[in-house]
Amino acid sequence: MEWDWNFAIKTLPVLGEGVLVTIQATVLGSVLALALGLVFALMRRSQNKLVSRPTSFFLEFIRGTPLLVQLYFLFFILPDVGILLSPLVAGVIGLGLHYATYTAEVYRAGIDNIPRGQWEASKAVNLTAPQTWQHIILPQAIPPMIPALANYIIAMFKETPLLSAITVLELMNQARSISNFHYRYLEPMTLVGVFFLLISIPSVYFLRRLERKYSPHYK
Amino acid sequence: MVQPIIDIQSISKCFGDLTVLDNLSFQVAPGEKLALIGPSGSGKTTILRVLMTLETLTSGHVLIEDEQLWHMERGGKLVDADETHLHKMRNSIGMVFQHFNLFPHKTVLENVTLALRLVRGVAKKQADERALELLDLVGLADKRDQKPASLSGGQKQRVAIARALALEPKIMLFDEVTSALDPELVDEVLNVMRRLGEETDMTMLLVTHEMGFARDFADRVLFFDKGRIIESGPPEQIFTDPQEERTRTFLRKVLSAGVSRAESAAVAI
Ligand SMILES: Nc1ncnc2c1ncn2[C@@H]1O[C@H](COP(=O)(O)OP(=O)(O)O)[C@@H](O)[C@H]1O
Ligand SMILES: [Mg+2]
Repeated sequence: MEWDWNFAIKTLPVLGEGVLVTIQATVLGSVLALALGLVFALMRRSQNKLVSRPTSFFLEFIRGTPLLVQLYFLFFILPDVGILLSPLVAGVIGLGLHYATYTAEVYRAGIDNIPRGQWEASKAVNLTAPQTWQHIILPQAIPPMIPALANYIIAMFKETPLLSAITVLELMNQARSISNFHYRYLEPMTLVGVFFLLISIPSVYFLRRLERKYSPHYK
Repeated sequence: MVQPIIDIQSISKCFGDLTVLDNLSFQVAPGEKLALIGPSGSGKTTILRVLMTLETLTSGHVLIEDEQLWHMERGGKLVDADETHLHKMRNSIGMVFQHFNLFPHKTVLENVTLALRLVRGVAKKQADERALELLDLVGLADKRDQKPASLSGGQKQRVAIARALALEPKIMLFDEVTSALDPELVDEVLNVMRRLGEETDMTMLLVTHEMGFARDFADRVLFFDKGRIIESGPPEQIFTDPQEERTRTFLRKVLSAGVSRAESAAVAI
């Protein structure tokens, strides 16, 4: 099989549309994973066992099942109970929810790393619990978490092709339909791989820099 | 005694099987400087932590200016205090910790203004002015824009004192505030405390191993062992003529171990 430049170039506009959807899904999924993860982490730390226990169970449950299965539930099974989601919305929720269980773990570890004395000093100057979180705990806890969080976002990005299983027209899905139509897989699939590499490699460099910036070992 | 500002009534504190405070009662008069001494593990820190509401009680009552600290009245009955009540009560109490516990991501000035701004809602300009006065009092106004990490231990502890003073507590708790410091930095912190003692009418409770300072500074000394008060009295009596064998043994130990340190503190007086 020989590389056909003409064919490769012809596929670019359609693949470009897929790229946009892939980026969209990654960005929205990340925002959801970062926000929801923090909520999960706080719920899990709750003094109220009626909150912390079910949260813990839910997180284990999500982490213990494959993302693909969760995507199928969101897109093919929820409609049976009257919840209809568009493919992209179902995909973003699936990615966001799944990765939120991992970011929750990062948040938890980061929060646990803040010395007890910070909580106690906050109480001694009579800050309320929300003020303590906002002004004392999170500003110290979040910077060291950034490399780990960024790592999960990169991982999520590389898992976006799974969304093709629920008919999201992201890059992988577009590439596959072109391939199936023309019986040529080499060019579309190579271009998909190149695209992911083009984003992943700089991301890894970027991650290293974040690590150097925020890791206490480098200070 | 005049109406006490702190009235501790038969309090006990257990951690599992361990009884740390054992049915303890004492009172503190307004403006009194009270030194708590005793062997390590005798429950001194726990008393301060109970007063700062960092540690709950197992039993007993604490009154601050005649008001229940850990309880509140509901329908004629005393029930456990809720967070709103504790928040109100904390307004009159401040604490300085052995390990400073400064907020490392905030500047020196922000450490002091934070509570003024968030708890009291003071505007930035006024809060800054007030904080600078306090930093001036502890001799650190020139460090206002630095982060705590760049300060020496003695400077950190002085910032911590300024931070605790910001809300103008009537009661200040000092938990071994010099014991994490290099010996040459102890005096600068003790001098600030001495100044507070002279220039304010705050009630001060200090847990300390600086016997020279306790002797000079305190109006009254409580000697603790195993969660009980063994002996209490004016410093001259406790340090020169202790009545209890356990007090004598303790003082002999700390004074022989820290004789040079206690004396240097006494000389500085
Ligand atoms: N959170 C805790 N859990 C269990 N034991 C504790 C806790 N805090 C203090 N203790 C124990 O209580 C005792 C008294 O401690 P503390 O009040 O710190 O004594 P002191 O300040 O006089 O040295 C010690 O034996 C200590 O180990
Ligand atoms: Mg102690």
